[in-house]
Amino acid sequence: MSEQIEMAKAAIEKNCKLNDIDVNLGQLQLSVDPANLILVIDFVKNDPSCEFKQITDIAGVDFPENEKRFEVIYHFLSFRFNLRLRVKTQISEEESLPSITSIFPAANWFEREAFDMYGITFTDHPDLRRILTDYGFEGYPLRKDFPLTGNVEIRYDEIDKKIVHEPVKLQQDFRNFDIQSPWEGTKYLDKEAKESE
Amino acid sequence: MAINTNIEETSPELERLKKLYADKGFVVTSINNLINWARTGSLHWMTFGLACCAVEMMHVGTPRYDVERFGAAPRASPRHADVLIVAGTLTNKMAAALRKAYDQMPEPRYVISMGSCANGGGYYHYSYSVVRGCDRIIPVDVYVPGCPPTAEGLLYGLLQLQKKIRREGNIKR
Repeated sequence: MSEQIEMAKAAIEKNCKLNDIDVNLGQLQLSVDPANLILVIDFVKNDPSCEFKQITDIAGVDFPENEKRFEVIYHFLSFRFNLRLRVKTQISEEESLPSITSIFPAANWFEREAFDMYGITFTDHPDLRRILTDYGFEGYPLRKDFPLTGNVEIRYDEIDKKIVHEPVKLQQDFRNFDIQSPWEGTKYLDKEAKESE
Repeated sequence: MAINTNIEETSPELERLKKLYADKGFVVTSINNLINWARTGSLHWMTFGLACCAVEMMHVGTPRYDVERFGAAPRASPRHADVLIVAGTLTNKMAAALRKAYDQMPEPRYVISMGSCANGGGYYHYSYSVVRGCDRIIPVDVYVPGCPPTAEGLLYGLLQLQKKIRREGNIKR
């Protein structure tokens, strides 16, 4: 299997414009610029020493501290050589990525999901709508600046006979118990105990 | 106090009825009890499985727990159903569909909220996309706690609902 990785790696290195290539846990990992994305993915799909014919997933990550805020990771699988591949690319909030639906039709819904959750736009996507969130949902829930409980909650209005959206009103805020183990207890309680002494 | 307990002796009409039914057998009840007996004995449930609770809801229908011995059979359409079992996490997107299913059910209708998620959001209480309790959307009769509740737990909830119907004892709801 390692021979196959080396062969695929050599072929990709030779023919693609990459920022970085690496083998991690027996899986190939590339870093590319958005401008070269289509060419690279088209190559790894069709090259006889790669044949990454299936797209497993498209994942998004939000790094608000980075200049290019979003990282989009494409996961591929090669049946022929039993290999997996990750292609990473970074974009800022204003930029958009080229859609790979022309190469992998299955990427359609993955890209819609990335758009739904992060607001990452894909040019030339045939149908870039929200896919999972509620009808009329506002905001991008997996962005780091999105509040955990969202902005609206719903209830059924007996008078209007319809479901209404209202600002979130919680009886108790979310509490983060930073307990390392159930025997040690929380750190902030230790601090309070010391202060009271 | 002198109360005449021997009605039979004083009423020729009852005497006639007694002769008529003596060897045929009959039961006397009130119409309320009869209707409640019929209602508790045919709680057809609308399957509204939304998450893992739905698996326990399926178990309750299988021969091991066999909810059908209480006259409760699963129905695929809300128009056939008497009780709606909300089994699982109710999301914002699903809420309108749940209300629609509930509105289609004929009276008298009952709702069992099954599991933590349906009771009050449960694990997803602080999520942006989950309704914090299905009682925000539809009125609930019985809450079954657990994550998920066992099939026995749901069965007990159904028996509690029967108890509630008997206790209320109204023809009109």
